[in-house]
Amino acid sequence: MFKYLIRRLLFSLPVLLAITIIVFALVELAPGDVVDYFRSPETQMTEESAAQLRARFGLDQPVPVRYLNWLGSVLQGDLGYRFVDGRPVAQVIGQRLGATTLLVGSALVIGIVIGVPLGVFTSLRQYSSWDFFLTGVSFLGISMPAFIAGIFGLYVFAIKLNLFPTGGMRPVDHAPSLFESLHYLALPAFILGLQHIAQYMRYTRFSMLEVIRSDYVTTARAKGLTEQAITWRHVVRNAILPVVTVIGFSIPGLVVGAVFTETIFSWPGMGTLYLDAVRGRDVPLLMGMNLVIAAAVLLVNIATDLAYAVVDPRIRYD
Amino acid sequence: MTNTLSDKADRGAPMLPGTVHRIESAAESPTRRTINRFLRHRLALGAVFVLATIALFALFAPVVERYPYEEIDLRARATGPTMEHWFGTDRVGRDIWSRTIHGARVSLIVGIMATAISTTIGLVFGALAGYYGGWVDMVIMRFTDVVMTFPSIVIMLTLAAMLPRTVWTIVFIIGLLSWPKFARLVHGQFLSLREQEYVVAARTLGIPNRRIIFVHILPNVFAPLVALVTFSVGEAILIEAGLSFLGLGVPPPTPSWGNMLEAARNLEILRDLPWMWIPPAIMTVLTILCVNFIGDGMRDAIDPRLVL
Repeated sequence: MFKYLIRRLLFSLPVLLAITIIVFALVELAPGDVVDYFRSPETQMTEESAAQLRARFGLDQPVPVRYLNWLGSVLQGDLGYRFVDGRPVAQVIGQRLGATTLLVGSALVIGIVIGVPLGVFTSLRQYSSWDFFLTGVSFLGISMPAFIAGIFGLYVFAIKLNLFPTGGMRPVDHAPSLFESLHYLALPAFILGLQHIAQYMRYTRFSMLEVIRSDYVTTARAKGLTEQAITWRHVVRNAILPVVTVIGFSIPGLVVGAVFTETIFSWPGMGTLYLDAVRGRDVPLLMGMNLVIAAAVLLVNIATDLAYAVVDPRIRYD
Repeated sequence: MTNTLSDKADRGAPMLPGTVHRIESAAESPTRRTINRFLRHRLALGAVFVLATIALFALFAPVVERYPYEEIDLRARATGPTMEHWFGTDRVGRDIWSRTIHGARVSLIVGIMATAISTTIGLVFGALAGYYGGWVDMVIMRFTDVVMTFPSIVIMLTLAAMLPRTVWTIVFIIGLLSWPKFARLVHGQFLSLREQEYVVAARTLGIPNRRIIFVHILPNVFAPLVALVTFSVGEAILIEAGLSFLGLGVPPPTPSWGNMLEAARNLEILRDLPWMWIPPAIMTVLTILCVNFIGDGMRDAIDPRLVL
């Protein structure tokens, strides 16, 4: 297991490198740069001072040299400094990472805790009215992108019913209590988790129905086991295996959804920061964030495979 | 081939031992059977109907519009639904009904064109990798893996913010970054199909590889591809809406559902002028819902193991 983990981590490095090269190339080959972002009709920057500014950011060097410079300092643990305000990239990302992790983590938990049991519930009552109702609702759920769910959620629950704050992470005037923090977190986390509740429910239901039809379940029933024992000890335990993989692979989607949820709810996380970086052509910040996102995705993939081995003792990584 | 002795007359007659019937004539062709199975899927059929209606409105937008979508009516700014303006007007007095149906045009065109691009790229990459194998396979599929590992929407966001904002930029960004799933599917299909006897036969006859790939193997890949293409159109529509919602997609004044929804990012509009964002929101969800129903119906219809 440990050897496997090391091997997977080593294999991830070239992938990580390839991703940074692709992103760097795309960002640098697109027309315009941060100096164009600073320039506006009002500032009336001369060509000369624009060139000076470019030289200060190192933008006068060829693209491959700039990439190698960036890579060199990253290998020494330095993500560089933002173009826009000169703050260290690592520090800026560190400040925002927590907020996004909290949001995405809560959404994931909401998705699992509600979605998986609903899937089990409907599969045990296939073709009942509950099944039709929940399957129909879940279809609506997977067709509703995070930003539209966010708009509707904000309108109904925050504005019309006035149950939740319209945005932000905490009250402006005082340090939040735990309850207040949860109050701010609840709506965005639920909205972000909504699509995943539907997705996990559908997948669990599907997987359960596959297992229920298998021969060993009939055998268990023939042995005279109670339905309870059959369901929980024999069916659910096997049906849940592929669901673990689906949950793992859906996490990058949650991160993407967070960009929209954060925008709608003014959540001070990575998503809003990323949009700032993209708009300002802030290459160091952009590269730093892409590195963090790519590393996170790769780690989640590895963790998913490991989790699979934990829940399914038949799978061994040697 | 079929037995020529049997004719129409004896088909209804009781089967006598030793009589050879023309079985094929009674059976449906695979394509016909798939279509029939799809038609039995009531939800999917309803979805086709709804989507066709939306598409017709989009197609005839210049005819069914009540006002040109960019026309500003200063006497009716930010008014709710009335007889003159069915869906109300926005803050500068543009008709929301006209903008919604013109938005349908943009959304559907982006969805279809982007998917056409990504399907083509995926087909070519997948076919080359699957058919030739060896290092071609290695290079293409490893590249596909890398692109698939990273959430492509992040790169789309980045590019959309940097490139000039036009509808076609969006089409190309989405199209050029959504092909890996097609490449994977086609690659898998080609791996198994290239070992089939008819391909070996074609190769023995000296038919050039290009012809084998495109004329002999490719048509057999289409069936498993249809459902994926359908879902992909929905995904592309959503990505366009998402990018436009963030102000990185289709540039105003051209309306798209996404950039109409952008208005809802303003808390005042969200609260006081709901008619400005409810129509595009509902249309987007409705369209995606239809696409998902149709895709599901197609997948079920194509899967021969499933009894409908």
